[in-house]
Amino acid sequence: MTDPILRFTDIVKTFRQGPEEVRAIADLSLDVAPGELVAIMGPSGCGKSTLLHLAGALEEPTAGHVLVDGVDLGGMSHKERSQLRRRRVGYVFQRLNLLPSLTALENVMLPLELDGTSTGEARRMASEALDRVELPKPHDRHPDELSGGQQQRVAIARAIAGSRDIVLADEPTGALDIASGDRIVDLLAQLCAERGTTILLVTHEPRFASWADRVVFLRDGRIVDESRAPVTIG
Amino acid sequence: MSVRDGLLALLHRGPRHGYQLKSEFEAATGKVWPLNVGQVYTTLDRLERDGLVVMAERDGGQKEFSLTADGREALGRWWDAQAADAPPPRDELLLKVLVAIEVDPARAVDVITSQRTALFERLQGFRRATRTNGDLAASLVAEALIARAEADLRWLDSCEDRLRAEGAT
Repeated sequence: MTDPILRFTDIVKTFRQGPEEVRAIADLSLDVAPGELVAIMGPSGCGKSTLLHLAGALEEPTAGHVLVDGVDLGGMSHKERSQLRRRRVGYVFQRLNLLPSLTALENVMLPLELDGTSTGEARRMASEALDRVELPKPHDRHPDELSGGQQQRVAIARAIAGSRDIVLADEPTGALDIASGDRIVDLLAQLCAERGTTILLVTHEPRFASWADRVVFLRDGRIVDESRAPVTIG
Repeated sequence: MSVRDGLLALLHRGPRHGYQLKSEFEAATGKVWPLNVGQVYTTLDRLERDGLVVMAERDGGQKEFSLTADGREALGRWWDAQAADAPPPRDELLLKVLVAIEVDPARAVDVITSQRTALFERLQGFRRATRTNGDLAASLVAEALIARAEADLRWLDSCEDRLRAEGAT
């Protein structure tokens, strides 16, 4: 079996909420293979988003280990973790978080340039990413000139531009109608199959989760079950 | 829909012979309902007996069937009839979960969880069918199965929420 790109081992994550300690993740272990699309489902407050934050090194577990390509995030320096966040991990949220004053191309270029990539190289990478997500040209339109689905494509391009191969998508279809949502999740599935991108997709919609290779069901911070897509031949 | 209703509907497009009706029936129903040609001819014989179709023999001895006025009327009634199963919906999933809740509420959550996983695996399979099959009827069949699986999954979620709210777990 391929080594996992993401490994969660015996994760516990607690938060303090006033006088109470809330357990968001309770003893969770999960391996994610490179190029796998894993949907995470469960009722509100079951720990779905916390799991994404742990995968992206935005939060640290209270106990247990998160490994990316076999390297424990807990053993990384602050600088190494922020480098991992910038170079390997992309985020897609329900709210698009595109900068309205920048064009689609500039929105995708920005994080690359902030990471030290030259403008010319960032432009090339951003343009390639926008082509990959099939954003119709021209790419110099501003977000308010694009439909909701097209804006989400820009957000996905921003998440995969450069060498980023892990995408953490938190309800990326939340603001879209069903048909646009289907097309966005189909695009994510294609990125996994064709580009080898690994995606963790949080959603509460079964129809969108059904694009995934594997669906993980969480309840009270634990995995209660998993379902795998049937193997198709041909 | 019965085979009879389906054949009447296909004959609305004009005269057809038996094998042609078999092929068109299967294509129109997204290949979810294979027919053998004997079944088609038996049904056509009954429709002819009931005065809903007429048979004409073409050159070469091929039998061709057409709708009669009564046949058109029967087809009109079928289009207008309500397409729904009569309540109560006695499907296996609903009854299994209801009985589990009644007999052993603590066990019922496990039953719901395993049924949800099984439904999801089917949903993932339907989803792949919509992607690989370009045929309109077949992809609409897959869409219908997706919509029904979604509805069943929502119902299972409601069952679990209700059970948990009532402290059955």
